[in-house]
Amino acid sequence: METVERVAPRVRFNDPQIEMAHGAGGKASRRLVEGLFVPLLANPILETLSDSALCDFKGSRIATTADGYVVKPLRFPGGSIGELAVNGTVNDLAVAGAPRPLGLMASFILEAGLPGATLRAEVEAMASAAARAGVNIVGGDTKVVEHGFADGMYVATFGFGEVDARANLGPDRVREGDRVLLSGPIGDHGITILLARGELDLEADLASDTRSVAPFVEGLLDAAAEGLHWMRDPTRGGVATALNELAAATELGITVFEEAIPLRDEVRGACEILGLDPLHIANEGQILAVVAADAADAALAALRSVPGGERAVCIGEVRSKPARAVLAVTTYGGSRIIDMLVGDPLPRIC
Amino acid sequence: MKYVDEFRDPQLIANVAREIARLAGAGRHYRIMEVCGGHTHAIYRHGLKNLLPPNVELIHGPGCPVCVLPMGRVDDGLAIAEQRDVIMAAFGDMMRVPGTRGTPLEHKARGVDIRMVYSPLDALRIAQATPEKHVVFFAIGFETTAPSTALTLARARALGVTNFSVFCNHVTIVPAIRAILDSPDMRLDAFVGPGHVSTVTGCRPYEFIARDYGKPVVISGFEPLDILESILMILRQLRAGEARVENQYRRIVPWEGNLPALRAIGEAFELRPYFEWRGLGFISQSALKVSSAFAAWDAEVQFEVPGVRVTDPKAAQCGEVLKGVLKPPQCKLFGKECNPEHPIGALMVSSEGACAAYYRYAYLSESVPA
Repeated sequence: METVERVAPRVRFNDPQIEMAHGAGGKASRRLVEGLFVPLLANPILETLSDSALCDFKGSRIATTADGYVVKPLRFPGGSIGELAVNGTVNDLAVAGAPRPLGLMASFILEAGLPGATLRAEVEAMASAAARAGVNIVGGDTKVVEHGFADGMYVATFGFGEVDARANLGPDRVREGDRVLLSGPIGDHGITILLARGELDLEADLASDTRSVAPFVEGLLDAAAEGLHWMRDPTRGGVATALNELAAATELGITVFEEAIPLRDEVRGACEILGLDPLHIANEGQILAVVAADAADAALAALRSVPGGERAVCIGEVRSKPARAVLAVTTYGGSRIIDMLVGDPLPRIC
Repeated sequence: MKYVDEFRDPQLIANVAREIARLAGAGRHYRIMEVCGGHTHAIYRHGLKNLLPPNVELIHGPGCPVCVLPMGRVDDGLAIAEQRDVIMAAFGDMMRVPGTRGTPLEHKARGVDIRMVYSPLDALRIAQATPEKHVVFFAIGFETTAPSTALTLARARALGVTNFSVFCNHVTIVPAIRAILDSPDMRLDAFVGPGHVSTVTGCRPYEFIARDYGKPVVISGFEPLDILESILMILRQLRAGEARVENQYRRIVPWEGNLPALRAIGEAFELRPYFEWRGLGFISQSALKVSSAFAAWDAEVQFEVPGVRVTDPKAAQCGEVLKGVLKPPQCKLFGKECNPEHPIGALMVSSEGACAAYYRYAYLSESVPA
């Protein structure tokens, strides 16, 4: 059998046109970011490619993040675009070590014809999500485009916060033997949205997990402090993409115990029927954390003590091999490499 | 989850794997083809190769509908999609299959109205909701998906929906297996028979493989334990010098097949005299066309179809891989010019294609020491 050495490739963007896959959080997204944005906008903060940009300012470590929300439908079981926009922005700051954001800003792109009541409902949803997260939305912008040129409304956000002094995070801190923790069942958000579009004739009693993950981060900082090495909220591209990015950045391997990953039966069933891998499905209220082995028990207990974190579990560990890859192992001895998402998750037919 | 967990039981899997290793012994090499792409996918997805002794080799067969679709047919379908006031509806698998001028997904990004559906009935619903457009369903698949297309045609006729038609690319599995058996490169000992196809066709159509070619066939389910048990049943036959058709997937597959589904296929379709298969060439009586009774819903009657034959890219060795002569990584383009993001051959597109499954699950494992 031929074997080919897996080397960290230099990414180039030569794609002739933008396709949906460029926004799906997988390989094409990575090519767009690392092959186009990073080289053209080159600077050391951007090049870290983390969820938030970190910079030192007058003795403080400041985290800033920007995000765009184009979800369709606007409302879905468990949440809506406004709530998602606030929680998603708070979460990007939280996993960068800033669980108490100082402020958010929101920019609205509205389609002519959008019912006023719909906009009101979304702004109300943003207000209550911001109140729950203890943050103010301190500014923003509004633009309107012609009818037919947007799906009702899009929201772009910006958030900023001060990094907790105890947070010392980054792929460079991840070591062989570290444990990978997950806060709860995966795939709820992605499958809920897929079903809420109503194109599948599939129904399930399922709701998006959209929420602030800041309480998880606070718990981890209290319990593990220096033992907390890395965090990520596995949104687009799912757990598989987040762990692949970690493997690539650390040059280490991540071994995942496939059967340990918590999964609701509804999500598992939908994935089996549609031929999707739950590891590629988006989450909006879960957190992945890498902690030192001796801090793992305390960190896990901290996650489980947060409401909604009862099913938190250790799903894997960091090993030296296979380098730069994520390996899933099963209790019956099968193993497979888990790659990043390629393209949009497309269902197979038989 | 019922019907899944009991077929992934670690203890049972270990027992069956041990029995396979015992029966396979040493010395003789066994080459077993799994015909169905669903099996190929499951074998890699569950890492079953790790559980088999080295002298039991699995060869991936032609049972992936998009993989065997020649490029010319993709071009024909896209030519219809580009006509005015046409909406093309296709299964997700089709969206990344390259034609000579790009994939359906790339056409969609350029503004051609191509929509992904999970069922042909969804395409019919789009037609009912948009009477000012004509909706063409790009039908692909073996006997597994043909009945749903047939029933959709029947419903379109019953409802009098006239702005709907089917671009039919349904193929039948048995002539392809026969072509592989007759191929001079063929060196196979037995077949893991297709599971989903057999829910429709039943087990009888495979009897010629055992009778005329002396090869065992075991129809198999898709869970790890199903596939391992099927391999065990094959080894038992081979060791006893027998060749029979056996049904491991009895919980789903009736021996006689699904008669209402077969009847629906018989009413809506007729056999084409011949059809081109990617990599395998023209195979006689191997595909279905919309029957003359449904000509008003046959896209090949309703539209000008260029019908140009496109030769496969020279360097790609899809045919050899499809016939099991080459392993995916032995193709010159594998993992280089041809990868899941930029497939050249269709085997790299579908999750059931041997190359995509190999790339996604095995190639990366083999290229890094575990």
